[in-house]
Amino acid sequence: MFKIKQITAACTLAATMTLGTMAPAQAQISGDTIKIGIITDMSGLYSDIDGAGGVEAMRMAVAEMGGAINGKKIEILYADHQNKADVAASKAREWFDTQGVDMLIGGTTSSTNLSMAAVAKEKKKLFIAIGGATSALTNEQCSPYTVHWAYDTVALAKGTGNAVVKSGGKSWYFLTADYAFGTALQNDTTTVVKAAGGTVVGSVRHPLGASDFSSFLLQAQASKAQILGMANAGGDTINTIKAANEFGITKTMKLAGLLIFIADIHSLGLKTTQGMYLTDSWYWNRDAETRAWSRKFFEKQKRMPSSIQAADYSATLQFLQAVKATGTDDSDKVLAYLKKNKVNDVFAKGGWIRDDGRMVHDMYLMQVKAPEKSTEPWDYYNVVETIKGEAAWTTKAESKCALWK
Amino acid sequence: MIEIFGIPLQAFLGQLLLGLVNGSFYAMLSLGLAVIFGLLGIVNFAHGALYMIGAYVAWIGLEKFGINFWAALVLAPLVVGALGVVIERTLLKQLYKLDPLYGLLLTFGLALIFEGIFRDQFGVSGQQYAVPEALQGATNLGFMILPNYRGFVVVASLVICMGTWYVIERTRLGAYLRAGTENPALVQAFGINVPLMVMLTYAAGAGLAAMAGVLAAPVIQITPLMGSSLIIVVFAVVVIGGMGSILGSIITGLVLGLIEGLTKVFYPEASSIVVFVIMAIVLMIRPAGLFGKEK
Repeated sequence: MFKIKQITAACTLAATMTLGTMAPAQAQISGDTIKIGIITDMSGLYSDIDGAGGVEAMRMAVAEMGGAINGKKIEILYADHQNKADVAASKAREWFDTQGVDMLIGGTTSSTNLSMAAVAKEKKKLFIAIGGATSALTNEQCSPYTVHWAYDTVALAKGTGNAVVKSGGKSWYFLTADYAFGTALQNDTTTVVKAAGGTVVGSVRHPLGASDFSSFLLQAQASKAQILGMANAGGDTINTIKAANEFGITKTMKLAGLLIFIADIHSLGLKTTQGMYLTDSWYWNRDAETRAWSRKFFEKQKRMPSSIQAADYSATLQFLQAVKATGTDDSDKVLAYLKKNKVNDVFAKGGWIRDDGRMVHDMYLMQVKAPEKSTEPWDYYNVVETIKGEAAWTTKAESKCALWK
Repeated sequence: MIEIFGIPLQAFLGQLLLGLVNGSFYAMLSLGLAVIFGLLGIVNFAHGALYMIGAYVAWIGLEKFGINFWAALVLAPLVVGALGVVIERTLLKQLYKLDPLYGLLLTFGLALIFEGIFRDQFGVSGQQYAVPEALQGATNLGFMILPNYRGFVVVASLVICMGTWYVIERTRLGAYLRAGTENPALVQAFGINVPLMVMLTYAAGAGLAAMAGVLAAPVIQITPLMGSSLIIVVFAVVVIGGMGSILGSIITGLVLGLIEGLTKVFYPEASSIVVFVIMAIVLMIRPAGLFGKEK
């Protein structure tokens, strides 16, 4: 008992001391610097698709603007949310309250993005969600201060779901990560599959970061469905695909990866993944412009950028251009400018922000190349179809967002 | 068709077998922990990191030096064992006289440092390790298709676990070890080099973790985080089995693998917490664990 009391006392003391030193320090200089924050997974299972590479991409945008606008310095802050919604929310609150952050970028995971969006709404600050996939950010939980930049579960479902059903995969079984993102992706894909004339015969939910997938896979196989829809991400998807190959699941079922990033393909190799369909918002090897930008990124990070990292760059660049044009970092004025002007950069062409906060741009349906067709490291995809912005996202009829009626 | 709780018998057997495979890993890891705790009194939180390093040693050996799986199975435990010697000589040695809490904090810190180094060097997406040629393919058991390699893991882990148990409980060396932990001064007086024995014990525990890492490499993605996601479950296994009980940790590891496997069928969402629920119940009924002795 004595020990616990001592520790509690020490913690309280430490907390009071940090509070005391932090509060007054930054309050008045907020107007003199343009501060952009990113709260993302810096160390966990999603840190390769965003993390330090995402911060680097943002720095590339800052460098492009010359590091300052009208003599005011641009500063980037980053923090690790460890994929925990409460950590993300309290960091966001701290940054808005004491650091004077002008715009916040939401890194990976849906749950953290939803919690940061709520804080930004309360503080009336611009929040650009990038790594989070849930379509709720611009649907049920839409906010006048949230812009959803890269991709969402609806677009992933429409892209891959339609393509797979069209190519004959009518009956589906879902392997779903048991959190906000997984269920959203499963629901959105179910809608698409049913609308295209397919059926869903069952599903199993696994804990995030499960150590072994073979048990879930045997259950999936027993369902006799043609398609295994993987409504998970990152290391979970990788271990699913690995085990599916090992247990011979791939002989009786086809795998449909609903959220696959290029880092996943890179670590699995083309031999195991060839022929798989996937939908993404961006691919580094699509045209000369994306290649040129990606090679610059590669020089610094020694890996090709993911779609999320490219979107980090894009959102930062568009925000800074808006600040330059309007001469202020006030969220309302910047947002009004962003909504009036098109997004044209290496990430998106002719993109525009809808009233529900969705940044509308093209999505790409891709197929993983066979090993012998790949001409260089990271040359992994064929772009099968460019899904036009109008067709890729939630429609007005489907939307439950009150801001878009 | 025969059904058990609404599940066809074949599927049920398949799930039991998969549970046994996972249980083998739990058993091997918790065994190393039990040895280290039982003989050194150190709660070795770096165990997951040592397991991860074992897998990476195998991978680096294959990629950079062309060392095959079988050689790695011997080499990785030696490399990680040597690392264990360094850790024991330079750091742990200072802590034997202090509260076990200090050992826990130190090894936890070490685990974070090792993970950080590997994350910085290799990223988190992970590396692939091919199944050794002799064990590729799968066998149709009638009720399921079992990849040969997974069958091998079960056998290998049973051999390793039983071998370790035999050495500690049934040989003269094991007797010295056990005596050394009870009364180091007296054993020293008989002319036995106790500090050397303690050092080698930690190295052996670390080597066991590395061996489990090599065995896991072809099955899962090799990532810097592979240890930390497993270590908490393994600690729960050790607590349920009884801290320091070697046979307890082996049996508990296998049985919990089976229970977890069944949970994945009946209520998949709970499969990551079922071990901890059992731990809570065991702690309420038998605080020393199922096989532990009250002190």
